[in-house]
Amino acid sequence: MAGSLVIADHVRDGGGVQPPPPARPRRRGIGWAQRLEILLLAGPAILMFLGFVVAPILIAAYIGLYRWKGFGLPTNFVGFDNYVTILQDSAFWAALRHNGIIVVLSLIFQGPIAVALALLLNQKIRGRSVIRVLIFVPYVIAEVIVGTAWALLLQTNGAVNGVLRSIGLDGLTQDWLANPKLAIWTLIMILTWKYIGFAVILFLAGMQNIPEELAEAAAVDGASYWQTQWRITLPLLGPTIRIWGFLSIIGALQLFDLVYIIWGQYVSSTAGTSTMVTYMVNEGRNAGNYGYGNAVAVVLFVVSMTIALLYQRFVLRRDTEGALTGGR
Amino acid sequence: MAGRNDNSWGHPGIYAGALLLIGVMLGPVVYIIIGGFRTNAQITVDPAGLPHPWEFGNYTNVLSSSGFWRQAGNSTIVAVVTTFGVVLLGVMASYVLARYRFRGSGAMYALFAAGLMFPVTVAITPVYILVKSLGIVNTLPGVILPQIAFALPTTIIILVPFLRAIPREIEEAAAIDRCSRLGFFWRIVIPLSVPGLVTTGILAFINSWNSYLLPLFILSEQDTFTLPLGVQAFASEYSVDTAKVLAFTSLSMIPALVFFSLFERRIVGGLTGAVKG
Repeated sequence: MAGSLVIADHVRDGGGVQPPPPARPRRRGIGWAQRLEILLLAGPAILMFLGFVVAPILIAAYIGLYRWKGFGLPTNFVGFDNYVTILQDSAFWAALRHNGIIVVLSLIFQGPIAVALALLLNQKIRGRSVIRVLIFVPYVIAEVIVGTAWALLLQTNGAVNGVLRSIGLDGLTQDWLANPKLAIWTLIMILTWKYIGFAVILFLAGMQNIPEELAEAAAVDGASYWQTQWRITLPLLGPTIRIWGFLSIIGALQLFDLVYIIWGQYVSSTAGTSTMVTYMVNEGRNAGNYGYGNAVAVVLFVVSMTIALLYQRFVLRRDTEGALTGGR
Repeated sequence: MAGRNDNSWGHPGIYAGALLLIGVMLGPVVYIIIGGFRTNAQITVDPAGLPHPWEFGNYTNVLSSSGFWRQAGNSTIVAVVTTFGVVLLGVMASYVLARYRFRGSGAMYALFAAGLMFPVTVAITPVYILVKSLGIVNTLPGVILPQIAFALPTTIIILVPFLRAIPREIEEAAAIDRCSRLGFFWRIVIPLSVPGLVTTGILAFINSWNSYLLPLFILSEQDTFTLPLGVQAFASEYSVDTAKVLAFTSLSMIPALVFFSLFERRIVGGLTGAVKG
């Protein structure tokens, strides 16, 4: 959740593979006392990280090669059978396709709307700081709560249809959640509502870095408000937008909570909103096939990693170059 | 010709847009809170109406049930211990990365930075297996330990620049006063970096309070449920009692909202700093 905020910094620095410059050169070499200090201070964090983050990924790669129900040790070695099954399962491809749709539509919907809202909130209006806090509220509330609320609101006899009926728009009432033609759009709408505040806050922060002199100079040259935004603000906001795009894509690939809460264990695939993670949870844990679940985890890992690297290589590279040449 | 007029919308349009925006963003949240003050009959007759009369039974019911308080207690324990664990381990490791020069520091930074891209979602199945083989399934530490590990990258990436910004003169002065590096760390670095620690702590707390997938895998006994699991269990158990579900839901979002509104400046400010780089 909110933790992903800071990834922006890291991603912008080009993936963070380069070490941070040391604070200053040490005058003496490091002796055993310093080694001990380093070990004492950094040891616990490294152990925790290796134990609970790195090791599980290796475990997944290993167990994914077995057919295993989660009891005793995995002994039934099946090689790449699990992976073959995954790639032959139309339910997995459907989930992957839904993830793809969610990735693309999230970018298309949230990006422009968030830019527009950020422009609106970048104006000098009263109560601006209050509005900024309020649009961030959905982002702070748990997915479970948001999901429960929307599931109730969007029932066929829920409040959304109730409002539509009471203002005489009976024709617009829908089965928002179960209609397979509509459900994915409903999901996109809920995602937009939940995560738009994050994009807006990011963009506003980016806009505050654009020197005001540029807009003033443009105004002196007779540029209109819209010309200024189109020719100055938007291009200079480019790096922020691309970082947001990265975070949005990673989030969309790993979407789970909202779908699982709103559509439940069984309905998401028929409604057309299943994702790779709901597939993993259903086919792995809920079905008791832990070997298979781990294989799906590996596929999910590889897909996310590939897309992350491609995005960094082809989209974010410009920003790192600019950062290097621009003397940032 | 708009000319020098910066603001071709005129102010009323902007305020109308802002109001509409707030309505859309807060509508569902307000619906949950208000809905808890209605009866099921009221909700059935008019799903979008106001309470008439106001019904306080739902809230008092939830507040007097032991399940809600137990889950709130579990959530609090998990969130507080996770927060302390993450901040403590994080500041120690960040101090090493920010202030010591040693072979492998680049690799260490890269390790944690790579962890940023992979939230617990990706590794949930093997994490469950690991926790199970440690014998701590259905216990709160089974949630706390992985949470600490997965929250470390964010914490460390925020704290390293913070600690590096502490002027070296202070460290030299401390050295002259015969303060060891570890003494410097405890007595000077920690107090000076409190703002950074608070920011990372709030992020860790809210994340933990809201987390669903990890507790879903680790905790299967009602007694150990955290609030998000409780909300879901409550919603399916009382699926016909919508008003009560709404009351339960709105009560369980209060802590995250309170924390956010108390520390909103720090969160949004920290974000601004992150984008500035």
